[in-house]
Amino acid sequence: MLEVKDLHVTVEDKVILKGLNLTINAGEVHAIMGPNGAGKSTLSAVIAGKDGYEVTQGTILFEGQDVLEMEIEERARAGLLLGFQYPIEIPGVKNIYLLKAALNAQRAARGEGEIPAPEFMKLVREKSTDMKMDPSFLQRAVNEGFSGGEKKRNEILQMLILQPKLAMLDEIDSGLDIDAMKVVADGVNSLRNADRAILLVTHYQRLLNHIVPDHVHVLVDGRIVKSGGKDLALELEERGYDWVLEESVA
Amino acid sequence: MSAPERFLERLTARRGGDPSWVAARRQAGAARFEAMGFPTRRDEQWKYTDVRRIAEGDFALATDAEFDSARFDEQRLDIDAYRLVLVDGLFSPALSELDGLPSGVSIEPLSQAIVANHEAVGGSLGRLAGVDFSPFTALNTAFADEGAIVRLASGTVVDKPIYVLLLSRANGQPVMSHPRILIEAGARAEATIIEHYSGESEAANFTNVVTEVLLDRGAIIDHYKLQEAALTDLHVASIHVDQGRDSRFNSYNMNLGGALVRTDLVTDLNGEGAEAAYNGLFFVQGRQHVDNHTLVNHNAPRTFSNENYKGVLDDRSRGVFNGKVFVKKDAQQIEAYQNNANLLLSDRAEIDTKPELVIYADDVKCSHGATTGQLDEDAVYALRSRGIDEPMARALLTLAFVGEVMDKVRLNVIAERVERAVAGRLPERFNLADLVETAEAIQEA
Repeated sequence: MLEVKDLHVTVEDKVILKGLNLTINAGEVHAIMGPNGAGKSTLSAVIAGKDGYEVTQGTILFEGQDVLEMEIEERARAGLLLGFQYPIEIPGVKNIYLLKAALNAQRAARGEGEIPAPEFMKLVREKSTDMKMDPSFLQRAVNEGFSGGEKKRNEILQMLILQPKLAMLDEIDSGLDIDAMKVVADGVNSLRNADRAILLVTHYQRLLNHIVPDHVHVLVDGRIVKSGGKDLALELEERGYDWVLEESVA
Repeated sequence: MSAPERFLERLTARRGGDPSWVAARRQAGAARFEAMGFPTRRDEQWKYTDVRRIAEGDFALATDAEFDSARFDEQRLDIDAYRLVLVDGLFSPALSELDGLPSGVSIEPLSQAIVANHEAVGGSLGRLAGVDFSPFTALNTAFADEGAIVRLASGTVVDKPIYVLLLSRANGQPVMSHPRILIEAGARAEATIIEHYSGESEAANFTNVVTEVLLDRGAIIDHYKLQEAALTDLHVASIHVDQGRDSRFNSYNMNLGGALVRTDLVTDLNGEGAEAAYNGLFFVQGRQHVDNHTLVNHNAPRTFSNENYKGVLDDRSRGVFNGKVFVKKDAQQIEAYQNNANLLLSDRAEIDTKPELVIYADDVKCSHGATTGQLDEDAVYALRSRGIDEPMARALLTLAFVGEVMDKVRLNVIAERVERAVAGRLPERFNLADLVETAEAIQEA
């Protein structure tokens, strides 16, 4: 589904990714871990198309399409969605407007008509209940005045409604207490199926107790230096990152 | 011949028959206008607005009030209201609907009031807007022979809005009109008044309107000025408000149309407990120029004013906001808030904003501020990252910017019209009405 090859990225003349390779197949959950500054967030931001990242080398293919040639909104409509580490507040734009405009944009891209209002209402009610969000949330401006946990739940709500093929979640666990973590993890787990892939970017192992990955990758200094199964995350939790680095240098 | 002389020469084309005191007032207006001449940019009040396009124009007076009926249906607000229509400044009985006025409400075209020697014409008219306010009010005083005289008896709550529609036609020869509107609200009277400027899209006329609003003790007036005239129309307006004790005046000044639009809004809070709320919105494109000058005079203690003007400027449009709050000595325990925020959608658009507080009392709560900026690019990205295309993302954020003012608008028909105009750049498939409906349905459920 996603194929990243030899990806080199610079941000403001600073080289962040230095030849990253990653393949994700449908049905898989991947976790990217690594110390701060390793380039974890850069990877998902580049895939989602955020400005300010210069790809100097390498390719990103999503279902055979060249992602780097696609506009930001085209990537989202194709099924690539990024849940932000720091979701921004958008005063004046109601959640309901965002959700409906986004869903209809995706449907239009598939050649489908607009979602009928009753069906849409049913969908958002159901999904917001799943995320333990009061329906009044929908009338509020996107993330405005939301707590950290509410913002993260809102990111997952958008995923549940837009049903991406590849959901990328950047530090979705940061700033969550244990209850909120549970709700977010349940939401993410409900997305798991044979046709969908999930990419988790996280600094801590604790998220992976709730969302158990199929593959764990260690990103250090712009490259994936080690990959393994879910046990690798436990090992990292116990031993830190230094040993991986030493191993890779050696 | 000087420009003022050239304008005043048109007075000879007016029909006569004024009562002598009306004729005398006209002469005073003409004399004052001739003495002052058109303002120039050396005049502090007109520093950012050049009126040469008006002064150098050649405007006749309209001779009939015919208007295409299909176009009329398209332009008018779809609202159940008492309606008085002027076409290029002339009263159109055919397009007006003034039947079934409740007792205590009188709405008359000015021409009829003059002929009838109406007491309001001899009394209140001109009390608030004298010939010295500006050359344009003097010019209006010289010419005004049509408009609306609205009187509400004490305690009258008007069941429907009072809708004054001023239409501008695409004439071969541009015309000028000088409408005069007088609203007298008796004690505790309540009404919604709409001044709506619209017309044919090729119209290139000059409208010079003066509105006077008097609120007796406890009266409440919602006043809408919706400017949707052609992008070639020239428009100068002044609105003068006198508020008695415990009265409330809510102004909604919505500017979408016109090539050159200048509006002065002046309120005198003369009675204790009087409140004024100014809600303003201008959305300009192309080479439109819109200038809002507002003034609130807190002349009495315990008076309250709250002003919020928002501007959205695209292309090479230009905006001016000059808002002044004046607190008289001994007008204690007043509150006055003022805000102006502007959104520039293009590098070539320009806004000159000047909020001003002049305070001579010491026990006051006042604040003012002005901001100007562009759309938040991080928000544009956040919306695009969910699949919303860029023009729609920008339109949603522009609507969000004006939302704070739009939320105050109580007449849905006007709110929708303005939102549609602001969202005009939205792709066809973006159905705002549908979104709003869905949002409301969810709220109700």
